[in-house]
Amino acid sequence: MKVLVPVKRVIDYNVKVRVKADQTGVELANVKMSMNPFDEISVEEAIRLKEAGTATEVIAVSLGAQQCQETIRTALAMGADRGIHVLHDGDLEPLAVAKMLKAVVDKEQPELVILGKQAIDDDANQTGQMLAALLGWGQATFASKIEMGAGEAKVTREIDGGLETISLKLPAIVTTDLRLNEPRYASLPNIMKAKKKPIDQFSPADLGVDPAPRLETLKVEEPAKREAGVTVADVAELVSKLRTEAKVI
Amino acid sequence: MADFLIRDRDLGFLLHQHLGIDGLLDRPRFRGQGRESYDAILETARRIAAEKFRPHNRASDLEEPRVENGRVVVHPEIGPAIAAFSEAGFAAAHHDEALGGMQLPWVVTQAAFAYFQAANLATVAYPFLTIAAGNLIAAHGTESQKARFLPPLMDGRFFGTMMLSEPHAGSSLSDVRSTASPCDDGRYALTGTKMWISGGEHELAENIVHLVLARTPGAPPGVKGLSLFLVPRYRLEEDGNPGADNGVVLAGLNHKMGYRGTVNTVINLGETEPCIGELIGEEHRGLTYMFHMMNEARIGVGSGAVAQAYTGYLHSLDYARTRPQGRHPDGKDPASPQIPLIEHADIRRMLLLQKAVAEGGLALCLEAALLVDDQRTHPDEAVRRDAGLLLDFLTPILKSFLSDRALEANDAAIQIHGGAGYTRDFPVEQFWRDNRLNPIHEGANGIQAIDLMGRKLGQADGGSFTLFLDSIAGTVGDARAIDAFAGHAAALEETTSRFRRLAEQVLPELRQEARRTLANASAFMEAAGYITLARAWLAQTVTARRLLSAAEGAEEEAFLNGKIETCGFVFAWLLPRAEPALGLLESGDDTVFRMSVDGF
Repeated sequence: MKVLVPVKRVIDYNVKVRVKADQTGVELANVKMSMNPFDEISVEEAIRLKEAGTATEVIAVSLGAQQCQETIRTALAMGADRGIHVLHDGDLEPLAVAKMLKAVVDKEQPELVILGKQAIDDDANQTGQMLAALLGWGQATFASKIEMGAGEAKVTREIDGGLETISLKLPAIVTTDLRLNEPRYASLPNIMKAKKKPIDQFSPADLGVDPAPRLETLKVEEPAKREAGVTVADVAELVSKLRTEAKVI
Repeated sequence: MADFLIRDRDLGFLLHQHLGIDGLLDRPRFRGQGRESYDAILETARRIAAEKFRPHNRASDLEEPRVENGRVVVHPEIGPAIAAFSEAGFAAAHHDEALGGMQLPWVVTQAAFAYFQAANLATVAYPFLTIAAGNLIAAHGTESQKARFLPPLMDGRFFGTMMLSEPHAGSSLSDVRSTASPCDDGRYALTGTKMWISGGEHELAENIVHLVLARTPGAPPGVKGLSLFLVPRYRLEEDGNPGADNGVVLAGLNHKMGYRGTVNTVINLGETEPCIGELIGEEHRGLTYMFHMMNEARIGVGSGAVAQAYTGYLHSLDYARTRPQGRHPDGKDPASPQIPLIEHADIRRMLLLQKAVAEGGLALCLEAALLVDDQRTHPDEAVRRDAGLLLDFLTPILKSFLSDRALEANDAAIQIHGGAGYTRDFPVEQFWRDNRLNPIHEGANGIQAIDLMGRKLGQADGGSFTLFLDSIAGTVGDARAIDAFAGHAAALEETTSRFRRLAEQVLPELRQEARRTLANASAFMEAAGYITLARAWLAQTVTARRLLSAAEGAEEEAFLNGKIETCGFVFAWLLPRAEPALGLLESGDDTVFRMSVDGF
């Protein structure tokens, strides 16, 4: 069974994100980038399936600028077998990503696609669902446990107020939540081996997809700065402020 | 940078742009490696350091190792952290591929280790001792010893220690008394008591491999009679797995002011049952082999000290940026808002001091690591020899000057925090306590100064010293070509000339009156140290200047300008500190030498 794992290159979670002076986006020059943490969980899960003998091949795919190959290498260093890079400079929206992933799925015929439930840059939480719809496959989002059976997967999902376990026929889409696993560190021998693993490169045109954004970004602003607190004289003033200023009671 | 370890940008600057380690890739040993892999390795190091080592740094300080039912209990997060380190392959990274290693350059492994040293000096001491023991066995062990002990040391199943000191013999190894009597099978039975043994007993590994200095019967007195023995905590079964106790018995723990996560022990050998060891190499050459381990350990002390200075710097920098306190000296209006600490010039002075020591010291340690690579792998035999000679001269400077300055840097980190820095609510007091060991262990700093002045200065007919002077002249030449740095170049050249003349003055004195001359060795070390640090900064500044024209973005420009500005601080505030030391040496002052013991 082939497993396909899309991995996204995002601003590292440790970096304090700053808005560009011209408000067209966020500052990316000289900013540390790394793999979307949810995608690390996806890669880890796929590698565990391979180690368990369930999966035969793990393919990491990334879409975007040339540097996305570094993100693919990270997946290869964790243990993925080979990479696919769709080279595109410029913004990519979830629908374009889902369409290109569908084209990759058509080509590779995996039985399972494991995606992060969302990326920590735009927090869209759409690509997995859109890909399932485009493929007409079943989907299990926000997975915290995956058990593979014959021709099906039993997935425990994190939902409001608890856990839901569903069974879905393969091929299928799974999106990962934080508690699914703890991703491994790329070991030094695997980092060296990853250099030799192949990465195929395509353009959106090769896949027959027009990646042009459907949305226009008008302006990006920083969230309002938190104002300094004040000391209230008594409970009555507190209640009054909660009612008239904070408007929460 | 939320983890406050080592700045990634700085490490990248030093490795790739300043030292140009990509040049190593042409050498056969490193063929097939590349910058992309090195960067990925550093990233793995940073993550394991931040996620597995840093979080328990305080907890393992508060919860010291203790003995329960005869067993040493350490903080529970220490074991998993070391396991992550070993599983990632760091313990084996620099070894030959034939031994199961990856043949990484030493400079890359040392850069990776800086993250661990900044995150948790005490926990990383266990794998560092293990790596050093493995290196020694790889260099001097028999094929059988290598086959039985190297693989488990490299994958973290066995840990290593070095057992030199005894209760009456710390710095003075010539007084070591432990004995080793030959057995019928070619092995030796050891007896004695060993003191200050880091990692001497614990349950973190399946077995502990002790490297023990002891005397065989009839051995000559002094260090020339010491032999080195490989002594496992548990005897090895036929299959190589640990078996019965080997007479290595815990006599007690030492309770330290810092570095507490590293258990420190008193060990009795052969007290209740035989303690069987194997000779490493030849009899009476033990100290020579041990110095293989000690020289690495000494550079490691310098880099560990610098890493603690680095994390203290980043913590106090964050505090200085975010803590509002007071107003400018000329700002009298109490209704005006308070300014952040960093707006105060004296706070910036203390940050500059730390930055100078942390970044300059890291540059020096990585340069030294690159010299190790040159010594081992440079295609030109003359370059290999010179790298070794220069390294010999620099080693005592890195060990002692950097550990003294790093402590001064941690002191400044506490001072910036004010009263908060004196509490255990902030980590900087622990950095100082942990770092306080570094001027003491692996050869006390006073001994390093005697080594530098008394041995290294005249070593190879002055060859080491000449190479040291040449390296300074090279940097001075580069800097002189840039107008803005011509003043620095002239200052360094002048101080270095004075130092060279002084060295010529003291060399004959050392032969005639060693005791009197070496009484001022610590002043000699100070002068050498500040000159070395100034050279490291001037060289970095030349690199920063070269990169500045192509710098993209305000942050990158600030980073590079920060290097140049800090170099200015080093030349205004630190290099001049060499002058009183030089003046004292030139005058031949003998106050310390003559001081009467009864006068105290």
